[in-house]
Parts: sequence; structure tokens; C-alpha cells
Amino acid sequence: MRYAMAIDTKKCVGCSDCVVACQTENDVPIGYCRDWIVEITDGTYPQLETEIRSERCNHCDNAPCVRCCPTGASHYEAGGIVTVTHNKCIGCGACIVSCPYDARYSHPEGYVDKCTFCLHRIKKGQQPACVEVCPTKCMYFGDLDDPNSDVSNVLKKRKHKTLIPEAGTKPHVYYLI
Amino acid sequence: MREEIITSGRLNPNIDPHLEIWHWHIPLYLFLGGLAAGILFFASLYTVLGKENKYIGAVRRAPVIVPFLLIIGLAALFLDLRHKLYFWQLYTTIKIQSPMSWGAWTLMAITPLSFAWVAIHIREFFPNWDWKWTLLKELEKFLVKYKKILAWIILYFSVILGIYTGILFSAFNARPLWNTSILGPLFLVSGLSAGSAVIILFSRRKRERINFAKIDIMLIGIELFLIVHMFMGFLASTEVQIDAANLFLGGPYTAPFWIFVVIIGMILPAVLEFLELKKFHIPVIIPVILVLFGSLMLRFVIAYAGQMSRWLY
Repeated sequence: MRYAMAIDTKKCVGCSDCVVACQTENDVPIGYCRDWIVEITDGTYPQLETEIRSERCNHCDNAPCVRCCPTGASHYEAGGIVTVTHNKCIGCGACIVSCPYDARYSHPEGYVDKCTFCLHRIKKGQQPACVEVCPTKCMYFGDLDDPNSDVSNVLKKRKHKTLIPEAGTKPHVYYLI
Repeated sequence: MREEIITSGRLNPNIDPHLEIWHWHIPLYLFLGGLAAGILFFASLYTVLGKENKYIGAVRRAPVIVPFLLIIGLAALFLDLRHKLYFWQLYTTIKIQSPMSWGAWTLMAITPLSFAWVAIHIREFFPNWDWKWTLLKELEKFLVKYKKILAWIILYFSVILGIYTGILFSAFNARPLWNTSILGPLFLVSGLSAGSAVIILFSRRKRERINFAKIDIMLIGIELFLIVHMFMGFLASTEVQIDAANLFLGGPYTAPFWIFVVIIGMILPAVLEFLELKKFHIPVIIPVILVLFGSLMLRFVIAYAGQMSRWLY
């Protein structure tokens, strides 16, 4: 089993519904976010191109945060989801520094926090909150090892990319381009 | 004109607009750890070489401050933790891939060893010292008997401690400025240089002071060589590392790095030490303070600049 997410940059309108859904679902402290919207405009006027992405932890296969954690608080859950065990985390910040995507933050209570792919929902057979609420249905979530899952199907059909693949992290959030 | 505008809706505290998660604690600890490693390295080296009577300042006197340095460093590390009550989790596991983990274990080993080293040389400062309890007297006898072995162990651990202070940074590929293996040797040599400066301060013999001034000049030379190589490596690497080098080559850290670290902290004290060797009278405290200042600034500048360097996407 290998959980992954695919996000369609052609369909995403940057409404931030995923951001708000995540903050509500996961009780994210005010002023913090586990997922966020990035808008990139590139080109020479008038030929400008905009890409809108909903970004979050990439749940990497070769996660530097898991590697550098001195206590084992950052670890891989079944299906390759990277999570933090709160009462093992000492708040040293090594994982925050190690993430090329800056996807982690220090929770006001002291431990390090980040996207969990809504592990608690997946266990109940539900989709992550961000995927569930997306009004343009631009997000696909599922098991990469299952050839019939939503994410496997869309990745078969569409051209896609990952963020900073050259950092060697083997990310598992794909962007359809 | 080709334009690229990146807008992010993320504004997490200490993460955006650029990383600021490690403050003064980490560079201060890296300085104190490096300095402690430097002093212990020379103390154990000259003991292993059987020259402890020739280098009394290095072997018996200067190490007296090491336990204090390590305790202040550990306190800084503890203050840096944001989930402090769980710090003991560090000592429930050994994670080979995590420099933070083996650093914690190295400190666990070298701190008591430094206490033992000071204890067996306590009579250098208090000639009539009495341990009072027989257990402590027996322990001292045991440590003195196996002093050479103790010195060998401290020698190894001091090198690990010195290198680890740099590897802590270089293991993070997310921060291109830190992601160079030169940082390990650079911080080790900088720690040795700071250690030899403190030994000069503690030494009472002119011969020993002159020898350590020579050693320090050599170490500063190696540091400058490593810094040049670090920039050569960056400039010959990928775009993110060229950008990282540019933080020091015209970017916001240019003046702090070249003025405080390289000129005031390395070149100036090396020149003063050289003039002293040429029989000019220079108060010994001046080059010593400059070397310590340079060593501290090197860690501060690298720690803060590194958090500004990042991958672009």
C-alpha cells in the first residue's frame, strides 16, 4: 500500500477551501496551516501563464525529516504516510530545518506538526478533508499500489510532476500539468 | 522582460517568509562544543604523546573550563527545545542517521569524561585538595593509573564532538548553504583554533605559548583554505548553491561574514600572533579574544544565513 495525492493545476482555482477544511478538521492553531495555496505567474507580458497549486507535506519515500529525527517521533505510518508522535517529539526543530518544502511548523504546544493526509479519516475509509471539500474536484487521493484507485487512474492518463524531485526526497504529492 | 511571481498563502510563524526556527541557542552551543572539543583534543593529544610536563597549560590548566562550557552549551540546547518535558526521549534510542541523536550521545559521554579529566588535575589549581571520601580517592587513583587510556578515549570523542558541530548543519540538504561536507572539517578546525587560543591564555610558559601561537596560525591558514574551497564548491554547483554562496558574495551576509569572521576573527589575530613570534610585544589577550570572537561569529553567520538559503520551486 502506498498512499498518494494528485492535484490538478488546471482545475485548481486557489479558493483555499482545502486550507480552511484542514484547519477545521485538524484543529490547526490560528495563524498556522498544514496546507496552503501557491500561485506562480511566469512569462513575458502579454504571454503570461499562471499555475495554482494546493501544497502540503509530500509524504516522501525518502523523507529527510524522518531521517534526522533524533527520537523517532517522525516516522512512516502504514502506506508511507509521514507523521509525528507528539509525546516523543522534543521540539528540537531538526525536522523543520530538514524539509525542503517547509511543510512543518512548531505547534504552540511545543511539538512539531504537519499534514497527516488525515490519517484518522483514512482509517475510517474516508477521504482527507481537503480532498472531500474541493469545489472543483481537483484533488485525487488513493493507493498507488492499487491500479484502479482514483490517483493511479489519473496519473496514468495525465502528465504530472512532483516538487523539487532533485532534492531526492521521492515526494508523493503529484501535480497534474 | 520575463517575469516570475510566486505568491504563497502560507505564513506559518518562524517558517515564513524564511526559516527562523533556530535562534541564538544553536550557534552558541556549537561554539561552546567546538571550543570544548578543541581544548580536550590538545589536552588528550599531548598526554597520549607523553608530553604532559611540557604542555602544562594545555593538559592540566585549560581543560578546567571545559565542564562549564559543556554545561552552558547543554543548557542552551535545552532552552532551544520547544517540547522540553520530553527531552529524555533523546536517550531512549540511538538513531545512526540523525546527527542530533549521536550528538546527544557524544555529549552524554564527553561531559562526564571532562569532569574526570578536571578532577585528576585539580591540584594544579588547589595544591592541597582532598577528596575526603575514600570512594572518590579510589576513583581518582584508578583514573590516574589509566590516564593514557582515558586520554585516548577523550581524543576520539573530542574529534567526534568537533566534527559533529558542523555535520549537524551539513546533513540538511534542504538548506543549500549548509549542505556541504566542508562544514564538518571547517567547524572542527575552527574549534581547534579557539581551543589553542584559550590554551595560550591559560599557559604560564613562554615556550608553550609560542608553540600554540604557531599551531593557531596554521589552523587559521587551514580555515581560510577550507572557506575558499567551500565557495569554489558552491559556485561550481547547482543554482540553489550558487544562490547560497551569493548570500556572502554581495548578499545580506557579505559584511558580517567577511568583516567579522574572516578579517577580524581570522586574519587579524593570525597577523598579531605572527608579530608576537617576531618579538613584537602584543598583549596576549587581544589575539585570543579575536579568535574566540571569530569562531563564535562563524557559527552565528552560518546558522542564520543557512536558514535563509532554500530550494526554489
